[in-house]
Amino acid sequence: MSELLKITDLLIHFHNAAPERNAVDGISFSIDEGDILGLVGESGSGKTVTAMSLCGLLDVKQADLSGSILFQGKELVNCSEEFLLSLQGDEISVVFQEPMSSMNPVMKIGLQVEEALRVHTKLSKEERKARALQALADAELPNPEEVYNKYPHELSGGMLQRAMIAAAIINRPMLLLADEPTTALDVTIQAQIIKLLKKLNQENNMAILFISHNLHVVRQLCERVAVMQRGKLVEEGDVNEIFRNPQQEYTKNLIAAIPTREKRLS
Amino acid sequence: MDSKTKAKKKFFKGNAFLYIGFVITAAMLAMIIVSFFWTPFNPTEMDTAAKMAGPSSVHLLGTDNLGRDILSRIMKGAGTTFLISVCVVAIGCVCGIIIGSLCGYFGGIADAILTRVCDTITAFPAILLALVIISITGGGTMNVIIVLGILFIPSFARIVRSEYARCRNLNYIESARLMGASSFRIIFVHILPNTMAVLLPAITIGFNNAVLSEASMSFLGIGVKPPAASLGSMLRDAQTYLRNTPWYAISTGIAIALLILGFSLLSEGLQQAARREE
Amino acid sequence: MKYVIKKVIALIITLLVVSFLAFLAFQIIPGDPTTRILGSEATPEMVAALREQMGLNRPMLLRYLDWLGNFVRGNYGTSFTYKVSVNSLLADKLPVTILLTALSFIITGVVAIPLGILAGSVKSKIIDKIVIIIDQIVMSVPAFFIGMIVCFLFGILFRLFVPGQFVPLETDWRACIAYLVFPAVSIAIPRIAMTVKMLRSSILNQLGQDYVRTARSRGNNRRQYLFKHVIRNAMIPVITFLAISLAEIMTGTIIIEQVFTIPGIGRLLISSIGTRDFPVVQAIVVLIAAWIVIVNFAADIINQVVDPRMRNR
Repeated sequence: MSELLKITDLLIHFHNAAPERNAVDGISFSIDEGDILGLVGESGSGKTVTAMSLCGLLDVKQADLSGSILFQGKELVNCSEEFLLSLQGDEISVVFQEPMSSMNPVMKIGLQVEEALRVHTKLSKEERKARALQALADAELPNPEEVYNKYPHELSGGMLQRAMIAAAIINRPMLLLADEPTTALDVTIQAQIIKLLKKLNQENNMAILFISHNLHVVRQLCERVAVMQRGKLVEEGDVNEIFRNPQQEYTKNLIAAIPTREKRLS
Repeated sequence: MDSKTKAKKKFFKGNAFLYIGFVITAAMLAMIIVSFFWTPFNPTEMDTAAKMAGPSSVHLLGTDNLGRDILSRIMKGAGTTFLISVCVVAIGCVCGIIIGSLCGYFGGIADAILTRVCDTITAFPAILLALVIISITGGGTMNVIIVLGILFIPSFARIVRSEYARCRNLNYIESARLMGASSFRIIFVHILPNTMAVLLPAITIGFNNAVLSEASMSFLGIGVKPPAASLGSMLRDAQTYLRNTPWYAISTGIAIALLILGFSLLSEGLQQAARREE
Repeated sequence: MKYVIKKVIALIITLLVVSFLAFLAFQIIPGDPTTRILGSEATPEMVAALREQMGLNRPMLLRYLDWLGNFVRGNYGTSFTYKVSVNSLLADKLPVTILLTALSFIITGVVAIPLGILAGSVKSKIIDKIVIIIDQIVMSVPAFFIGMIVCFLFGILFRLFVPGQFVPLETDWRACIAYLVFPAVSIAIPRIAMTVKMLRSSILNQLGQDYVRTARSRGNNRRQYLFKHVIRNAMIPVITFLAISLAEIMTGTIIIEQVFTIPGIGRLLISSIGTRDFPVVQAIVVLIAAWIVIVNFAADIINQVVDPRMRNR
């Protein structure tokens, strides 16, 4: 399989932070097409900042960005605004943590799901709607037609997250960035969302960068995992390998933090 | 530099509103205080030789239609406007604190009814209600103070009430209650100081509204009665002679605007400072 | 729908309470109303007869209902001063005030919304600082002083209109509107400043919301996410504010009509307060109060229409 994303020596420093404190401190990793990589670490370890820099959502006025991010062989660091806009929602999509606040409260779900099509394609209204209904069905939402005409506050968190996923996959992206997509949800819903992501990954050959502070969830979904601590990548490798034989004290602690019942279940 | 001035510097730093508002208000207050002891001319003395004279080195802001020195009149008039505003805000604030704190602390039916009444009153512009009451009681300085003072109560009561309702169940209040502090003591000693962050901006914005209301009513001729003069009644006089002595209207209007601007900037700055404290 | 019915019932109750208070307020006026009509030399028999005729001997609540019934039918009583029906006094003054209010409201909306959007979306920090300081200054100038400056500049210096020479609507409606534009602008200027301030901070607040990040992640450029997402959300509180402005502007006309000597209900109200012509004062006050209550009701309904989150209540 060919390499989709290659990050080398990525360094991010926020202007308002102390000079020696880098939010992301020289990390390197890569993701192949159709690959799922889990990125774990406690809050503040730089996972989300890394993901945001991958999809161009980092405010360049507030942070310095150096190193290299190659996406399909093209450099994203210091690339043009237009190039980033052409990737966002088309080749690279994002699913965020809080489905409720991540949705526009006064816009119908359907219109938000098909938004990436509105931005990136010249499809007609009807074609967009048809695609949106298909995407909602792909995300395993019952009654897509009904959901299409609802507003975010009328759906439950789990349903909303499915709608968010539908919006993210509607344009058949090569890479999906999932930033703690299950953290705000109930445990049972969590498992369903994980299953859904796995299915979409297999059906569409869509690579996923799955960010979580929860190693247990990562283990259910990912083959490979990278562990971040204070902006640095401390460990990377096969998820089962790392579970069985963690090299770093930090990773051991993360594994120890999983409640024992869940550990036994997995 | 001692720590107190340092703290003050930090308070003002990056808060242009607070700083400018403080400077403007302080300048206006200084002018008003001076006017109690000294004005360049006697504000009621008519200089028949210099009627409707433009600004000059003798009369800095010129003279009005009767030859009275405008600067002196503005100084006195601003004093009248300010004193009326002080009384109005004092009535509104003290009564508002008492009503708001009791309602917020004890809750219940009385609270529900009073809150509803306050909401309804604040839905109507104060100036309209003031006009209704003045039309029945008659105008004059005293009536304006009482009427505006009463009309200012609901806005203060609402703010204080919501603070008390919020504080009522906080841990430190609970523990004060367990220590056997009386309700009176809790309301005025324990909670009241904590409402300052919202009360101070409310008081400054209250001054802003009081100056505007007083000026409006005196401008309409139902406020201060001659020979007493406030900025509003002076603007009313000035309007008649707008063609001949435009400087009269302009300088009086600017004085009103500066008073209001000072207080509104102060209020804005205090809110910013309170937000930053959080 | 249920929400609307509930609101309509609340509206009717509020109108009844407000009208009752307005009725009550003018019942406690010192002095007997008959003295006002008959003069101080009336015989007790004449007073008694008039009291009977005016229904003053009946219980208060019945008198209120009578009064309300008359009021709703447009019968506002007889002016003490002019000895004609209040109705005929208001007939040619009300349209002027309504026109002035409408003009001022339109100017406020048309100017404030684009300006507010501009102020909220400007990227330069320095321009933003300048805007908010100018805004705060403009907000602090009372409308009646702005009116005097407008009179002086456009009336006396540039001679675009003659202050004090109002052209009645029926004489020449175009000239009438041309005259009313100046007071309308005077009322509008501070309201514009307030609306701009509100819209600006509303937009800034919305820009920090998570859904904006989502919209950006779909490839929306700044203009797209501003207009498709942010402004729609930011307008919700501003629309309510603008609706309530209609009440404030109507009150503002009372004062501005003095400055521009416009024969509207505001001028009538102030002169009636001066002559203690209570039927006129009462009629105008109840009309304006009813207007304010209705405007607040409309603001509630509009808020519910533009914000889907409010609908399912």
